[in-house]
Amino acid sequence: MGRIVERQRVGAARSGAEDGDEDTAEAGDEDTGSVIVMIDQGVLERVLSSALRRGGEFAEVYAEDKRSSSAHLDDGKVEQVTSGRDRGAGIRVVAGDTTGYAHTADLSEAGLQAAAEAAAAAARKGGGGSNVVALDRRPTRPVNDVETFPETVAKATKVDLLTKANDAARSMSGAVVQVSAGYGDSRRRLLVANSDGLLTEDDQVRTLFRINVVASGDAGLQTGYESMGHTIGFELFDRRDVTELARQAAQRALTKLDSRPAPSGQMPVVIKAGSGGVLFHEACGHGLEADLVGKGASVFRNRVGEQVAAPWITLVDDGTMTAEWGAISIDDEGHPSQRNVLIQDGVLTDYMWDFLRSRKEGHAQSGNGRRESYRDLPMVRMTNTFVLNGTEDPDAIIRATDHGVYVAQLGGGQVNTATGDFVFGMTEAYLIENGELTDPIREGNLIGNGPQVLKDIDLLGNDFAMGNPGTCGKDGQGVPVGDGQPTLRVKALTIGGTAA
Amino acid sequence: MTELLDIARRVADQAGAGEQVEAFVARERDASVRVYEGEVEHLTSAQSEGIGVRVIKDGRVGFAYAGTLDHESIAEVLAEARDNVAFGTPDEWAGMATPDGVPPADVDLWREALASYPTDSKVALALELERTTLALDPRLRVEDANYADVLAESAVATSTGIAQAGRATGCYVSVSTIADDGSETQTGFGFSVGRAPDDIDVAKAAADGADRAVRMLGAIKPASRKLTVVFDPFVTAQFLGVLSATLNGESVLKGRSLFAHRVGEEVAASLVTLVDDATNPLAFSATPLDGEGLATRRSVLIEDGVLQRFVQSSYSGRRSGTASTGNATRGGFKSTPGCGCLALSLTPGTRAQPELVAAIDDGVLIQMVQGLHSGVNPVSGDFSTGASGLLISGGELGAPVREFTIGSTIQRMLQDVVEIGGDVEWLPMSAAGVSLVIRDVTMSGA
Repeated sequence: MGRIVERQRVGAARSGAEDGDEDTAEAGDEDTGSVIVMIDQGVLERVLSSALRRGGEFAEVYAEDKRSSSAHLDDGKVEQVTSGRDRGAGIRVVAGDTTGYAHTADLSEAGLQAAAEAAAAAARKGGGGSNVVALDRRPTRPVNDVETFPETVAKATKVDLLTKANDAARSMSGAVVQVSAGYGDSRRRLLVANSDGLLTEDDQVRTLFRINVVASGDAGLQTGYESMGHTIGFELFDRRDVTELARQAAQRALTKLDSRPAPSGQMPVVIKAGSGGVLFHEACGHGLEADLVGKGASVFRNRVGEQVAAPWITLVDDGTMTAEWGAISIDDEGHPSQRNVLIQDGVLTDYMWDFLRSRKEGHAQSGNGRRESYRDLPMVRMTNTFVLNGTEDPDAIIRATDHGVYVAQLGGGQVNTATGDFVFGMTEAYLIENGELTDPIREGNLIGNGPQVLKDIDLLGNDFAMGNPGTCGKDGQGVPVGDGQPTLRVKALTIGGTAA
Repeated sequence: MTELLDIARRVADQAGAGEQVEAFVARERDASVRVYEGEVEHLTSAQSEGIGVRVIKDGRVGFAYAGTLDHESIAEVLAEARDNVAFGTPDEWAGMATPDGVPPADVDLWREALASYPTDSKVALALELERTTLALDPRLRVEDANYADVLAESAVATSTGIAQAGRATGCYVSVSTIADDGSETQTGFGFSVGRAPDDIDVAKAAADGADRAVRMLGAIKPASRKLTVVFDPFVTAQFLGVLSATLNGESVLKGRSLFAHRVGEEVAASLVTLVDDATNPLAFSATPLDGEGLATRRSVLIEDGVLQRFVQSSYSGRRSGTASTGNATRGGFKSTPGCGCLALSLTPGTRAQPELVAAIDDGVLIQMVQGLHSGVNPVSGDFSTGASGLLISGGELGAPVREFTIGSTIQRMLQDVVEIGGDVEWLPMSAAGVSLVIRDVTMSGA
């Protein structure tokens, strides 16, 4: 089901059970060179030629070598340190509107030829013939700059971050009863070669840290969460100290101990800068993915050129945003990432595109063809999606709100792109009464309709900030995404609480 | 299977003095077909395999995995796992499972018919589903129709005496539908799952996909109020999935369960009996072996509303002074065993859904929920989810409604269960569906 798409915070606990394996990391070899030689060029050319032997207009080899390392602390103990390696190649053959795909963990020429044969058989259209492929290696313009490759950092140093965070969170209050923390890094080297002659590579390094705190009070348990993640190396921890992150997570859980049930019904909602990019991710981001649009599964179909949002809204998806969680030098089809303006001053300007959709509709690719791993087919995905600054003072936005809800941290969200209905969770929120923040309220979802909400944003702040790293899920594949926005107000959203 | 078990054994046998070693080896062959407008959109076939190795020494745990099974990778994984041990914190309860004498249930999850099922027939099933769905109503469009299957084998061996292997087949068809009457669009989905193609019911998948979308046409945003909800079986299964996190022995030990210290108390209405039983061959998630290679078994978690026990892995069992209930979970070769419910079901009542609806004056039948991962917190119990469905008025189904939330707490919802339907349906998740009636839930809408 392609249309039900969701975004989760990174390392979100599945069903409440802590699972260390979600913080993937990569450790491993000392080779930090920029040229990746995973498969010989001659082998790639021969494999692509045989992929097209049974017909088909396009063939592609996507190869990946991913090393991860992670460490997980829970209940005061470093439960485990994990190292992982995953490598393989996916081969696709496109014949007409049909794509054949096969993947293999065997990167030898024989292994690749077998996968090429399977992909060609899946896409068979009769016909057949020969196709000579000559590859032209294209240099990649690196978007991210890595100072300290995580594999060069001692495991003990990574583990120390966990105990430091644990101590910091627990020292906040005796009401902090449980802490879990995760460190993860990954290095994903990828190569794309296709029958149009493209040969290109990328080296993606990501590092992240997250912490989850449980506090206990008279009214039961509450949780607080914080995370940081960037497409950089271990220098992540020079940017922001884990103890500060831990204190923030603990404070969030403690604050919520005194929370009141959230209200129900429609009211104005103010969303803090850098906490609510997920609003746009769900309200319209997914609906602007050309594959969903092309199948009529988006409420934004046939609306390019129309005013779809308030005139102060400019929405951008930008894979080149250095170091952000969704930053990539090339997408997983080998197309360079780029900055795409999707909504300009409220007017829908374009959708996001991958190779297949671009080819079908004669449109340029936009660097949004992404996949989770070599086991998956690429599709249209967001990178870093954000709304540019407005002009309002953020404090004035709160003061201008007589009665409503202030959301200081959002959790995940989910959208049905065909109807535009979307939800997103609030994990730290307060009542606004007479223009001031008052009591904290309990967790819950907010629900709205994308096209309506875009028009209902009546105040936009001047304090733009990017938010926490996220994992965007679509058709079972998760990819890293970033988002951001200034403080803003939606004049009416439905709060999913229980209070009258 | 013996090949995988041999690989696992060879690794486990390398355990040194004072060291425990566990190897989990998995291999999967899968295929998926998606069709659109009578044509194959994509067809994927693949085999993947991998190994995860866990080493425990002096109470410290190290882990490593690789997505390949060549000798070099396996040696590297074992070396990495050993290297990682040094960084763990000693935990006196850390350890592998040891054989506990419980024989695995005789559940055969493998169907040879699937292994030899031809690709053309898989494509034909997906095309038939698309055609059948479209023929049901002129307002319908099909966004995609799919067929997918998997043949999975795995083995686990430890230096503490565990050596087990298992295999299973599974397949499904699914359809995503859009009902479009010219002025609005609504969506639906339908599916059918089985262990072999013969189990697949294309007509049911098509009918569900059509009904769910078409009956939502004209949906309005309802007024906020407290009312009675009826969960469709599909929604109940998702609700049980959330509930399962609170019944997990490891969460209890770590202070993350709202039911900690409440065994023996009435945590639900007296008509609620909740059982976890992965030995039930009807369960989609049925398995004779848990993630550590111990036999799965039947555990009554809530009986007549009274909390009886939590599910345990060998770690949580040892630490809580009980024993494993055969509830170690494992997400694949890339992760270490966790603890969790494997196949939950509510003991059903007797009445069908229309009879349940007939007894309700002001209510809503919840057909779909949205945002369970973002609005439900199994630690605090806060429950808030987006929903869509049909209003119930004077015992009859009425107007379709959307863009609202339903809210309560997990604790209150269990106490507020009014009736459980007789319509148990095993769904492709680790819980069974059944119609479930809960009173005093807040609907938040206009």
